[in-house]
Amino acid sequence: MNWEWQVFCQDTITMEVGASCFGKGGDVTYLDWMLSAWGWTVSVSLLSLVIALVVGALVGTLRTLEGRPWVVRLGNAWVELFRNIPLLVHIFVWYHVVPAIFPAMKSLPGFVLVVFALGFFTSARIAEQVRSGIQALPRGQRYAGMAMGFSTFQTYRYVLLPMAFRIIIPPLTSETMNVFKNSSVAFAVSVAELTMFAMQAQEETARGVEVYLAVTGLYVISAFAINRVMAFIEKRARVPGLLAAGAGGH
Amino acid sequence: MKKHLLAAAITLLAAGSALAQAGDTLAKIKSSGALTLGVRESSGLGYTLGNGKYVGFHTEMSERIADDIQKQLGLAKLDVKYQPVTSQNRIPLVTNGTVDLECGSTTNSAARQKEVAFAVTTYVEEVRIAVNAQSGITGIKDLNGKTIVTTTGTTSVQTLRKNKRADGLTFKEVMGKDHADSFLMLETGRADAFIMDGSILAANISKSKAPQDYKIVGEVLSVEPIACMLRKDDPAFKKAVDDSIKRQIADGSLAKLYDKWFMQPIPPANVKIGLPLSDATKDAWAHPNDKPMESYEVK
Repeated sequence: MNWEWQVFCQDTITMEVGASCFGKGGDVTYLDWMLSAWGWTVSVSLLSLVIALVVGALVGTLRTLEGRPWVVRLGNAWVELFRNIPLLVHIFVWYHVVPAIFPAMKSLPGFVLVVFALGFFTSARIAEQVRSGIQALPRGQRYAGMAMGFSTFQTYRYVLLPMAFRIIIPPLTSETMNVFKNSSVAFAVSVAELTMFAMQAQEETARGVEVYLAVTGLYVISAFAINRVMAFIEKRARVPGLLAAGAGGH
Repeated sequence: MKKHLLAAAITLLAAGSALAQAGDTLAKIKSSGALTLGVRESSGLGYTLGNGKYVGFHTEMSERIADDIQKQLGLAKLDVKYQPVTSQNRIPLVTNGTVDLECGSTTNSAARQKEVAFAVTTYVEEVRIAVNAQSGITGIKDLNGKTIVTTTGTTSVQTLRKNKRADGLTFKEVMGKDHADSFLMLETGRADAFIMDGSILAANISKSKAPQDYKIVGEVLSVEPIACMLRKDDPAFKKAVDDSIKRQIADGSLAKLYDKWFMQPIPPANVKIGLPLSDATKDAWAHPNDKPMESYEVK
């Protein structure tokens, strides 16, 4: 195997290696292109993550409400809907089937679609974790809140959720990293992200090994960066003596 | 520890490429009594009918090459094995010896010639524009401001980029995951035009729900020589393959094969692709050569 890393310095139109590996005056090298693709991957992932965390926390919490069976059922339905359909199928349904029913959705760009699809898909998984985190708490915690005269909202806000979120940080870390890896499906609805770059650049340059290695590296860097952020949060949020001390960043 | 792993990996890679270089494919075929053909699951020139059955213009042509090689080597029996390949793995599978001859829809390009050899060109693909028949688009100049779809992992993307630059056009570019997906974008109106190899466009249109609703329009955007791919530095094997193709051109059997796969109803749906032999392909048959796409000019 002979490496040819200068493939990244090639111009995408003339295929010539320039003096600098970054294109000038509107020229685009494969390196420029890969970095822009990385930008798309990170944008899709971070936006989906925000949706996933907000919706996931909300749905997960609703599913533990006592004496509100219909709210619980609604939450369950949300989780089952998004958990039982493969992510790629989700995206195709949103992209091709839903606009056929609601023509207004036709103008929706793939980027918006994939952010929502990935966000909702992940929210179902986060909701399940939030629910199990809340239900893992002793029932006495809820009663303690009630005994203090807290409303349901206050019980969750001051007693249950702060504890539940601390418990589920490790699985939540895996889930946030998964968002980055799952964002690769965005290429299916023509978002110019890393996987699409890899497929296209390897076809044009015939240097598949170099291209895939570089792209793999960028995925690892992105997912691991999130891992470190979560490990930091876990460390800072830890209440001494409350939970078994873990190293963090699972 | 890490350094050792890296060293071991490099040694392995080096050994792998050394093995691949010591290639005398004819001797290998003779001693093993088998030839492995690289075939495509779905492309204009070769596809599968399921159950391990592979058909198509290029697939059938490569079976005839195998017959000629069997005769040349004087083998009583030659076992032809089919190995499906994709755009991503075809080159590694040829260089590492898994596949002896790949006849699918591989473009002969200068970049690829650094790693593999190509037989003489057997088909010249023309990149064209498919549009909805009602759209009023007749050529690339009408594409200004439109949305254009093409398939990820194809050379058409490059062609589109070059045309965009050369003609100063502004258009929105979307990319389908595969040809079926790209065609669906044209069908559902998400894209105004689908730019792709003519044979792929024709095949997709012929298989669609309403073939009369679509047409191929405008100028040829680029021409690409398609050829069978084989290992580099194996002149005897390349000569055997080239000779067989030249024989098929000379006795007219290749033209008959073309007619069978492009002008007659073909399985599985028994529909006609209806793509007449192009002048560029006729020219390649009249003057057999293995020149890469870089030496072709759009006329």
